[in-house]
Amino acid sequence: MNPVRQAVLWLNDPLNWTNPGGILDRLGEHVSISAAAVLLGCLVAWPLGLWLGHTGRGGGLVVLVSNLTLAVPTLALLTILPLTFLGFGRPAVVVALAVFAVPPLLANAYTGVRQVDPQIREAARGVGMTGAQALRRVELPLAVPYLAAGFRTAAVQVVATAALATFVNGGGLGEIIRLGFGLSIAVGGGQILAGGLLVAGLALSVELFFGFVERLVTPRPLRRARRGAGRRAADAITGS
Amino acid sequence: MSFRLSYRDDPGNPWFSWQYLRDNSDTVVAALRDHTTLTLRAVLIAALVAVPLAVLAYWYRPLTGPILALTGVLYTVPSLALFAFIAPYLGIGVVTVLSVVVLYALLVIVRNTVAGLNQVPAEVREAAEGMGYGRWGRLLRVELPLALPGILTGLRLATVSTVALVTVGVVIGRGGLGQIIFAGFQNNFYKSQIMTGTLLCVLLALVLDLLLVGVGRLLTPWLRGRAG
Repeated sequence: MNPVRQAVLWLNDPLNWTNPGGILDRLGEHVSISAAAVLLGCLVAWPLGLWLGHTGRGGGLVVLVSNLTLAVPTLALLTILPLTFLGFGRPAVVVALAVFAVPPLLANAYTGVRQVDPQIREAARGVGMTGAQALRRVELPLAVPYLAAGFRTAAVQVVATAALATFVNGGGLGEIIRLGFGLSIAVGGGQILAGGLLVAGLALSVELFFGFVERLVTPRPLRRARRGAGRRAADAITGS
Repeated sequence: MSFRLSYRDDPGNPWFSWQYLRDNSDTVVAALRDHTTLTLRAVLIAALVAVPLAVLAYWYRPLTGPILALTGVLYTVPSLALFAFIAPYLGIGVVTVLSVVVLYALLVIVRNTVAGLNQVPAEVREAAEGMGYGRWGRLLRVELPLALPGILTGLRLATVSTVALVTVGVVIGRGGLGQIIFAGFQNNFYKSQIMTGTLLCVLLALVLDLLLVGVGRLLTPWLRGRAG
């Protein structure tokens, strides 16, 4: 039997969805771990990124952070963190995933504030706003589309990486794939493929959903102009 | 000789240990060699496929959108899912790992090459045309050399992320240094083994990145003065 038919069969078995440790359980774990990681990433990266952007310093730091995390394998962080004071279990997994959420969040928060027209910034100073006021009432609203873009990138990345949590018994949809591999290809091929479809489907839906949210929070006049600018900002961060 | 990260650490299980490296140098070197050859082969194959694809996207504008969109969608697919898609067909082996990492590297290189080619100024293109260059001559003598910085950026990003991605190959037992990391985790949380694998991964990425920077400087002598 070919793997696709096996996968369809596997997905069609209701018990595979509702059993303890079935798809619904794993999906819940996957989403809750990812959500916690992205929120933790936001808590760290957004204030830092906004502040760095506001002061105009630390552009090098932002690039350094994104380059460093690119080189560190996810697997390494997932295996190292449980052995530190975080201990085994969810906190370690969440922190490991949050580390990979930080670069897009940080870079976009930084660029979001930096791209604000200097004239607008001066006008804010001119009407007597303090630095903190200008950041909160002028720069932050103008940076919202960038924050949303960073959030979308980070969310997709975390959902994708959360699949690897299974290697340290962290649960999530990756568990289905790993158990499938444990059964050998001939027996578990369908389960492997089904798990892959679920993980990829989840990542794509997250991408689409937050892409929609991103459009929603971008004021209409900025929508067309920003696409190009956002891409340029992303290029700048990746070093081209 | 070994040294500890903090006083609270278990003295029997340090994060760094020369003892481990000395006793297991064979395994570590084999894994490192495995990892390096996998990465180099993947990036080479990806570059050989990606650059022509990017040229195609550059020549035939209607293809640019679909090619970039396809690479975007593929990039969203998690690596583990890609392993899951490919393994049932190609089986458990190096070929599967290679295909997955090649696919990811491909996307990065295509995007950066297209961006590099699009950065070639229109005047330059017209001047080349005016001098009688044909489509191929212009591509090989003018456009590709001018797009080299973009291509090299793509190669660097692809190389660094490939080094990290190969470790996911542990799912089918072919993860290079990932094998060492994962085995260290399973064998009573052998910290120095995990740390060795991790540091070697980061070091490998750094060395390959620096090598590519060097190659880039050799290939684009005209940029050297400008960069200062």
